[in-house]
Amino acid sequence: MRAIPRQKTRPAIFSYCSDPAILEGFQWLSCYLTTGKHMGFYLSFGTVLLLLAITAPLALAFGFFGASAARSRIAPLAIFGKGYIAIVRGVPDIAFFLFFVIALDQGIEWLRHKVKCSDWDEPIRQGNDFVVCQIAKMPLNDSPQWVHEAYGFSLAVLTFAIVFGAFAANVLFGAMRAVPRAQIETAEAYGMSPRQSFWRVLVPQMWVYALPGLSNLWMVLIKATPLLFLLGVEDIVYWARELGGSKTERFTDFPHGDWRMWYFLALLIFYLAFTKVSELVLARISRRLSKGQATLAGEAQRKEPGTAAEATT
Amino acid sequence: MKSLLLGSAALALSATFALADTVRLGTEGAYPPYNFINDAGEVDGFERELGDELCKRAELTCEWVTNDWDSIIPNLLSGNYDAIIAGMSITDERKEVVAFTEGYTQPSPSAYAALSEGVDVTSSVVAAQAGTIQAAHVAESGATLVEFPTPDETIAAVNSGETDVVMADKDFLAPIVESSDLVFLGDVYLGGGIGMAFRQSDDEMRGKFNAAIASMKEDGSLNDMLEKWEIEGQF
Repeated sequence: MRAIPRQKTRPAIFSYCSDPAILEGFQWLSCYLTTGKHMGFYLSFGTVLLLLAITAPLALAFGFFGASAARSRIAPLAIFGKGYIAIVRGVPDIAFFLFFVIALDQGIEWLRHKVKCSDWDEPIRQGNDFVVCQIAKMPLNDSPQWVHEAYGFSLAVLTFAIVFGAFAANVLFGAMRAVPRAQIETAEAYGMSPRQSFWRVLVPQMWVYALPGLSNLWMVLIKATPLLFLLGVEDIVYWARELGGSKTERFTDFPHGDWRMWYFLALLIFYLAFTKVSELVLARISRRLSKGQATLAGEAQRKEPGTAAEATT
Repeated sequence: MKSLLLGSAALALSATFALADTVRLGTEGAYPPYNFINDAGEVDGFERELGDELCKRAELTCEWVTNDWDSIIPNLLSGNYDAIIAGMSITDERKEVVAFTEGYTQPSPSAYAALSEGVDVTSSVVAAQAGTIQAAHVAESGATLVEFPTPDETIAAVNSGETDVVMADKDFLAPIVESSDLVFLGDVYLGGGIGMAFRQSDDEMRGKFNAAIASMKEDGSLNDMLEKWEIEGQF
């Protein structure tokens, strides 16, 4: 769901854009690409990047707690962790996004309803309808549109974090087990408590094993953002489809045929570039994490001339 | 997110009384001339103009939101907006889940269009938007139905040869047929006109909009609007 500004006209960026019908070539294109609609498109790139920037660390945190819980010695905690990993991984994303978000939203409103409108005597479920009192609405009906959007966006972030957190939890769970047993034994021999050996030996070493799995997840997450539109947040794929669809001159100053191919081509370039940047960054992180590790990559780094001194410092 | 929650909590506390005057209108924004997103990125079209006028007459503040067609009814029922005004035809099937106002268009013709004349619409492959009365009609007609999530994609499908025929509201197809190679194959009258949809528990607000629609029918302003947007049928 998106805000529709009240003002009817918006000043064009270039002065010659007032009558696009007489324009040609570059001038036409420059006007076309700076319409309010295109601004929405450009802005949605920011939305997607923001979503990724917030979701990735949050999902990693969910994953870390999920994995730690799953290998806990306290049985209920272990069951909770394993249940989280198994259930969320098993449910199709699209079902999760349709069902869970509506359930979460209704759950929040139900709680607010119970607190704020305890004297309400009508049922909350009336047939198909979910009805809470006006002041329990989340966000309130009359709050500005940006509040509605921020709320939708937060729900999206939380849902993404829960879904991807489950996958990350499984990756980290595996990574924790991949750390050589000898490392933990050595830690124990030095007299470290389980807690100490977990934080000081296991956690610093597990990342190098987790990285390939986590980088896969990151790549999938980048491409999962079209699911945003299910939550009412307009992402780049929504806009590419909307802008690329053929337009007749009755409803726009810029009529054109089916240009979806070009818009999707632009998205393709964006995604490829983004993937390339991600790969470069992940390669750096992987190098950094391998430093001094008892793995093949770590061993290779140790033998490289010039880096050996660095590795020992 | 935390400050956001705090912020809305503060809003909730301060605005306990002056409430219920904002109505959120949900639309699709992809179905000209009824509703579409204009160059400035705002909802525009017949229903935008109609909705604004109805809200003025009912003395309500209205806020427009766009939503995917597929989830437009579930989001109404769970209270994300208060009314659907999205070229939705009044049908018995939909009446089971939502409550409609009286129609603000006459039962309007749906039409088949194809790249060439003489295509048999009962045995060919027909594109229609999922969850529409046209899709239901095609499914019953014996033709092979191919559904698409947006109206735009149904047009693209017939243009690219993926399907032989497209079926949609005639008012939606008319400007497209005018400016492309598509030709009309024939009309069918489906549905009981287009109306606004409300939650079934929301009779009070529906009443307000019904009164506003009736008053627009009476003074002829609805007819002017229908004519302006070239929508068939007058009251």
